Amino acid sequence: MQNNANEVAANTTKIEQSPSNFKVIVNEFRKDKVAVVSLILAIVIILASFIGSMVFNVGGATQVNIMDRYTAPGVNGYILGTDEGGRDMFKYLFFAARNSITIGISVALIIEFVGVVLGTISGYFGGWIDAVIMRLVDFWMIIPSLLVIIVLVTIVPQYNVISIILIMSAFYWMTTTRLMRSLVLSEARSEYVMASKTSGTSDFKIMFTGVLPNISSLIITDLTLTIASSIGIETALSFLGFGLPMQTPSLGTLIGYASNPDLIFNRWWVWFPAVLVLLTLSLSINFVGQALRRAADSRQRRA
Amino acid sequence: MWKTILRRILIMIPQLFLLSVLVFILAKMMPGDPLSGSFQQGQSAAQMAALRQQYGLNNPWYIQYASWVGNMLHGDLGQSFVYKRSVTGLIGERAVNTFWLALMSTVILYVIAIPAGVIAGRYEGSKRDSAISVTSFILMAVPPFVFYLLALIFFGFFLQWFPTGGSVSSTYNPGTLGYVWDRIYHMILPALVAGIITTPSTIQYLRTGVIDNTNQDFVRTARSKGVPDRVIFNKHILRNSLLPIAAFMGNQITSLLGGSVILETVFSYPGMGQLFVSSMTSRDYPVVISLVLLFGFLTLLGNLLSDIIMSIVDPRIRIE
Repeated sequence: MQNNANEVAANTTKIEQSPSNFKVIVNEFRKDKVAVVSLILAIVIILASFIGSMVFNVGGATQVNIMDRYTAPGVNGYILGTDEGGRDMFKYLFFAARNSITIGISVALIIEFVGVVLGTISGYFGGWIDAVIMRLVDFWMIIPSLLVIIVLVTIVPQYNVISIILIMSAFYWMTTTRLMRSLVLSEARSEYVMASKTSGTSDFKIMFTGVLPNISSLIITDLTLTIASSIGIETALSFLGFGLPMQTPSLGTLIGYASNPDLIFNRWWVWFPAVLVLLTLSLSINFVGQALRRAADSRQRRA
Repeated sequence: MWKTILRRILIMIPQLFLLSVLVFILAKMMPGDPLSGSFQQGQSAAQMAALRQQYGLNNPWYIQYASWVGNMLHGDLGQSFVYKRSVTGLIGERAVNTFWLALMSTVILYVIAIPAGVIAGRYEGSKRDSAISVTSFILMAVPPFVFYLLALIFFGFFLQWFPTGGSVSSTYNPGTLGYVWDRIYHMILPALVAGIITTPSTIQYLRTGVIDNTNQDFVRTARSKGVPDRVIFNKHILRNSLLPIAAFMGNQITSLLGGSVILETVFSYPGMGQLFVSSMTSRDYPVVISLVLLFGFLTLLGNLLSDIIMSIVDPRIRIE
């Protein structure tokens, strides 16, 4: 009897279920070899940078060794040679990648959180709350973000990874907020929300159990693309010399070594590997993001 | 329409006020004051204090803010610590370089993006379409500074087709044809890369615009009336797809100006963006502050331009 009831329940759920978000994503990835390769590459780079910097931390990768400055790759056991300070570029690269990825992911998570909260409130309630939040977004959009971030990074005393994460998040949350607002706005007008409201479900519950799950795949898509763009901004700041301090290298710091023809051509190993890592990382995260976007939007799905 | 524009300009006033307050706060957070630049040897602390009093630096912040705004409206942005000259003159010189570079980038952007977007949309699903779409996906994913740097290294340092810095060689005299050509020559590579890297969004917009419009009822009607395909495409599809592109132009120019910080630094091109980075490095705060304000103001103008173009091309959105 018990078994039978379970079976019936299992059957009915099977019939009612349309393909879940997850299944749609898996299907989309299966059709797209580039997305699969990108996903694997992105995971490998992210894991390698974290594991690598933990392993090499024991040997002291940021250690300066003046005797070995600008050693060519392969000489004296330096796989990728050394830089001006005699640092082992191979190990250094793992640290740089880890720092850039950490900042990129943290900034994207903060931006996404702020964007989802403000955007949901704004789009769901509308009225004066919406007006206030949107005027705030409008104003924040006219601030020249890159310039103000550079100024803040320079005048904030004792800045570190945490402060650069907070400063960057403070100036790039607006686009996500706008996107989330427009998504929630169209969801909030749909019939199931009306029905829930009429039957007395609390706004809070509708937002978190009704609206947000329905736009979750778009949130994940935006998060992925925001990670890539945040890594791009952080490395650009470090490249210009306004990112992380020297002791905490970023991929941008290493790319910034390419400052004169001698370094560019005769000491290519100090900057070129970082370019390759950054390009691979950025392209693969973006391709994963594009595949997620196609999975989230049925019109763009590949038949 | 004038009503819309006037109303749009009125909205700018509170935004401008907030921007100026923000920049003023930034300026106050910076070490040093406007007198640090004019400090001379042999001045005693008492003399400095007297000067501070004279320049109103001991006044409450709102009076300082008011006089700061007043000076700005008169075009007085203070003195550069490093160059020992007026900030207005210094920025004015650099602004000309940035303006020409941004203009050339914009031209290149549309010369490439419009045909590419139209072809991709018109021949949806073709080999050309996928080539264009894949290229623009890749361009979207590449961080701009890496793209600039690689272009500079390859075409500037390696092939030596283009100069690797500056805006003009010192061998030419202003006013001569050679001088003009040399300035253009210095701009080609930066303008090209800045234009190319901004194309993806315009290409995507145009492509979807063309595809969407092709499936519209008015196109089907025209086709059933027997209007030639070429006329349908040029008159009905293309025109409607170009509208959002036109409206987007103001923002596009703004983002090109904003991107000039990285672009000009990579190419050592003496514009406002490069001035900002070098002033920040040399802690030349009056220049830094003025540039932050100016870039914010230009963003405002870009948005205004977009909204005005939008209200001209699309009467539906005019505010009544």
